Amino acid sequence: MKKLVTTAAALALTAGMASAEGKLVIYHWFEYIPQDLLDKFAEEHDVEVVMDTYDSNEALLASLKAGAIGTYDVAVPGDYMVQIMAGEGLLDTIEEGELANKGNIQPEWADPSFDPGRAHSIPYQWGSTSFAVNRDDFDGPIDSTDILFNPPAALSGKINMLDSQGEVMAMAALHMGIPQCSTDREQLKALNAMLQEAKQHWASFNSDTAKEVLVSGDASVGQIYDGFAAKARQEGANIEYAFPKQGYIVWMDNVVLLKDAPNRENALKFMDFLLEPENIAAVTNYARYVAGVDGVGPFLDPELAKQPESNPPADAGKGVFIEVCDQQTQEVYDQIWTNLKK
Amino acid sequence: MAGGAATGGSSTSDTYAEARTWLLLPAWVTLGILVLAPVAIMLVYSFLTKEFRGGVIWEFSLGAYDQFFCNRGLFGDEPCSIEWTYIQIFWRSIWQAGAATLLSLAIGFPTAYFIATRPPRQRTLWVFLVTIPYWVNLLIRTVSMKFLLRDEGPLNDFLTGTGLLSEPLAIVNTNFAVQLGLFYSYLPFMVLPIYAAVERYNFALSEAASDLYAPRWTVLRRILLPSVKPGIVAGCILVFVPSLGSFLAPDLLGGARNFMIGSLIEEQFKGNAGNWPFGAAASMILLTMVLIILLIFARQQAKAEG
Repeated sequence: MKKLVTTAAALALTAGMASAEGKLVIYHWFEYIPQDLLDKFAEEHDVEVVMDTYDSNEALLASLKAGAIGTYDVAVPGDYMVQIMAGEGLLDTIEEGELANKGNIQPEWADPSFDPGRAHSIPYQWGSTSFAVNRDDFDGPIDSTDILFNPPAALSGKINMLDSQGEVMAMAALHMGIPQCSTDREQLKALNAMLQEAKQHWASFNSDTAKEVLVSGDASVGQIYDGFAAKARQEGANIEYAFPKQGYIVWMDNVVLLKDAPNRENALKFMDFLLEPENIAAVTNYARYVAGVDGVGPFLDPELAKQPESNPPADAGKGVFIEVCDQQTQEVYDQIWTNLKK
Repeated sequence: MAGGAATGGSSTSDTYAEARTWLLLPAWVTLGILVLAPVAIMLVYSFLTKEFRGGVIWEFSLGAYDQFFCNRGLFGDEPCSIEWTYIQIFWRSIWQAGAATLLSLAIGFPTAYFIATRPPRQRTLWVFLVTIPYWVNLLIRTVSMKFLLRDEGPLNDFLTGTGLLSEPLAIVNTNFAVQLGLFYSYLPFMVLPIYAAVERYNFALSEAASDLYAPRWTVLRRILLPSVKPGIVAGCILVFVPSLGSFLAPDLLGGARNFMIGSLIEEQFKGNAGNWPFGAAASMILLTMVLIILLIFARQQAKAEG
């Protein structure tokens, strides 16, 4: 009898699972959303949530173009990649009124240049990319991009760069004070030469382990995202995140509705879910970046407001977005990148 | 693996000719779908026009091969001179893979010999032990390797702690670290074929040679090595070929400062460059190179067997 009950219970359980309203397939960065939040969404909407991850905007684009479009409902590209994906026709349009919580988006992020009128996306998190320095190894000033490209002897050979062309090139442009998509031949030659010289000081190119090399002490300087720097500090690294006077990179990741989403309804529900202050605040508390939604304040970890990575000093340079170059210009930058890594 | 296939009855084969055709069908279908079709797609793509940010335009183009062999300057408008960039990347990869193969042979051969000369009951256990680390994912093993070799890792702690060295040995982010990583990744591919060959070796031959006053070195060189050569060749190929295209070890242990063939190709599909025809062309050139190496091995083998 007891056995029978168990079997019946098990059957009921499987039946319950099978009757979930459907699925939601997310394509997301690694280590960027707490599992609790996914579980909460699954429970609230009776949806089975599946997630795959990628490690760069370019990897996301490559995978979708190679045929993964139609598999996923939502993805989380950075600002410039939203623009590129929209141009490639990989995004679906969110019609007026389809998102109940669209009004929660902060006014300054409601109509960004990379997605006018938020036709395809909602804000996820924003932050900056700069570099962090281990204060046990170096106690001099770090408010200059020289730390990366023309470092003092103490730091030479102890630098990890992100293995990402966009971020390295944008930082190099800031360092030299030239436009990101320069077409000036002299500037481009100088950029090429400067990077060749700087490479002598670099130990490695690594994005996936950008945080770990700082925590383990393998690198004294690391090009890194602000949230990763904050996490590295939480994990015990005595590091300081720099806001160089030449400027630093600002980015915003966005949840986009993908073209041919197999579960479009659930994708929209998920976007609405992430526009609720309490939910997106959970992401911020986990990832240590900043949300683009009104009313998150009460739900945030109080430590976040004070964290130095989110509070540029008064003398910091300007934050700039990565720019999208046209094909001919991009090809020169690709060549410079190959020269750098050959 | 390369040697054992040549034997088998020939008189009975006629009886089973028809059955054999059908029984081999799955093998041919697998080869066709999993080997020939992907290579054909690669070949076609390498002759197409690249689409900006990934993808191809269906127009014939030699652009990918031109990019590989022709240096046209930073702005792509100079006349063609020899492009050393990619040759240099290929040479670096061959050198790294070669060093890893030699290292595997140096450690793998004695290991295989040791296992093959244990009592039969113990051998299974030893083979089992060799394969245990390979139940763990390659990525995790490579990262673990990095932890062992770090400046503040156990190896350097031991070297500096015992006073053997005053400064930690910088291994991570060097070519040597990559070689060690490749060696460790593919060692069983060296041990197992050699083990299989040595196990079949008739040790009475060694004894006979010793009885005829051959020194041990001569026995090894003139009796044992020629007998187990197919196993050695198979082991070397099985280590060399995957090492040539690997990108995990170069990225994680070598610091990705310099492209290897694998990371160069990966960059064409996953990186900013997004140049699929070039990635396909580089893959075709790599494939051709590997085929040539295999053919040289095969011909030597055929010669040796008369």
